[in-house]
Amino acid sequence: MNREKRYVMVVDTRLCVGCKACVLACKAENNTPDGFCRDWIVEDIWGLFPNLRAEIRSERCNHCSNAPCVDACPTGASHKVDGGIVLVDHDLCTGCKACIASCPYDARYVHPDGYVDKCTFCAHRVADGKTTACVAICPTKTLHFGDANDPQSEVAQLLASRRHKVLHPETGCEPNLYFLT
Amino acid sequence: MLPTLLEQTTTRVNAEIDPALHIWGWEIAVYLFLGGLVAGLLILSALLLWRPREQPPSRILQFAPLVALALLSLGMGALFLDLAYKLHVFRFYTAFRPTSPMSWGAWILVLIYPVAALSGLVALGPDARAWLLKKLPLGKVLAWAEGKRQALLGATLAGGVGLGIYTGLLLGTLTARIQWNTAVLGPLFLTSGLSSGAAFLLLFKLDEVDRHRLVRWDMLALVVEAVLIGAMLLGFANAGAAGQLAAEALLGGAWTASFWSLVVVMGIAVPLLLEGIEIKKHLPLVAVTPTLVLLGGLALRAVLLAAGQDSGFRMLP
Repeated sequence: MNREKRYVMVVDTRLCVGCKACVLACKAENNTPDGFCRDWIVEDIWGLFPNLRAEIRSERCNHCSNAPCVDACPTGASHKVDGGIVLVDHDLCTGCKACIASCPYDARYVHPDGYVDKCTFCAHRVADGKTTACVAICPTKTLHFGDANDPQSEVAQLLASRRHKVLHPETGCEPNLYFLT
Repeated sequence: MLPTLLEQTTTRVNAEIDPALHIWGWEIAVYLFLGGLVAGLLILSALLLWRPREQPPSRILQFAPLVALALLSLGMGALFLDLAYKLHVFRFYTAFRPTSPMSWGAWILVLIYPVAALSGLVALGPDARAWLLKKLPLGKVLAWAEGKRQALLGATLAGGVGLGIYTGLLLGTLTARIQWNTAVLGPLFLTSGLSSGAAFLLLFKLDEVDRHRLVRWDMLALVVEAVLIGAMLLGFANAGAAGQLAAEALLGGAWTASFWSLVVVMGIAVPLLLEGIEIKKHLPLVAVTPTLVLLGGLALRAVLLAAGQDSGFRMLP
């Protein structure tokens, strides 16, 4: 059967310890400039002492199905490729920053070379049949990457069997970064 | 009781993104202001020049479309300064993206140049024309433009309206910034541009009839602006948590003092009062009033630009 791929990342918040290996693996793989990161760790503490609950999340670009950055881009630099991955074509980017303002997740930044940069879901690795750098290094098996439209995939089965959420669903962007809770 | 978020920590410290988004500075505020001012100048000069006159109009009106182009170039210069990848500025013109307001704006800006330049030729009085024709071989162009006078002024009017609305829509469509997520921004920036345009013309020597019209149009625009600001705040009041966040910055938060003192009092209330007194007492207009209107227009852009950037979804629970 020929169906369209939808790449998603699934983050198991019950397993994440916030070790930041994903952050460093990304920096090493994608050579992100000093002081900038394409993925990061957020830790939420809920409740009132002593009844506290923590959630640790590895966050990055949500590669939204309905991506406002792609719509806001005046030159076509922000675009979608196979599997719904959102990429920035450096050669087309003017550094106008409309995409940064349009992103509800603040996942983008201006690279010191002038163009706008962000997580690529390691498209260069995925094209070679590999998984992303952050998923590959995760020591607690918190991170999973794959095609949600393939019912046999690990991510599809996790989403079918586990309770999950996305961040700010109210934006209507249909983000593709899922958090198991 | 549901647990509430007590503390959030993040390892992300990307420059200009964290701790609060600040990607657009004075360059964009100046650009939005000049864009609005130019829109106002184009609209008002097209309206005032609509009917051919027996006597040539005052000098500033003759030159208004060309002055608008000079100011537009300044504004585009500021826009250029803001670009992070300046060498790639030409990329705006190798594509047209209908979903992107920025793309519409880039094309509107270049379309305005020929239209306003030709209107500018038509608007010139006999003296200026004679001088220009001595310097440049524009006789044929001028004759052609004169034949299309009404069409050119109409196109200038349309270009001005498009530019004025665009400067507001540019921010208004970036819905990830909660405070800009209001349909009022387009009309608000257009109206503010109209009052800025009128104020700019009022700084110069004008015929009595034109001056009178411009003062009244300026007052009308200021009143509409005040109403639109009220509508914006009313909209926020009815938009749940997001609206509360958007209103907070202007009603008690970080931008309250500058918004109310510079935009509302200095830029709208005081000029309205002064213009009212001037009309009532038949006093000669002084430069103070239009200057305040212009500064208020700049402050409106600067405050909403800064406050809006700092109103992202990350601030919502």
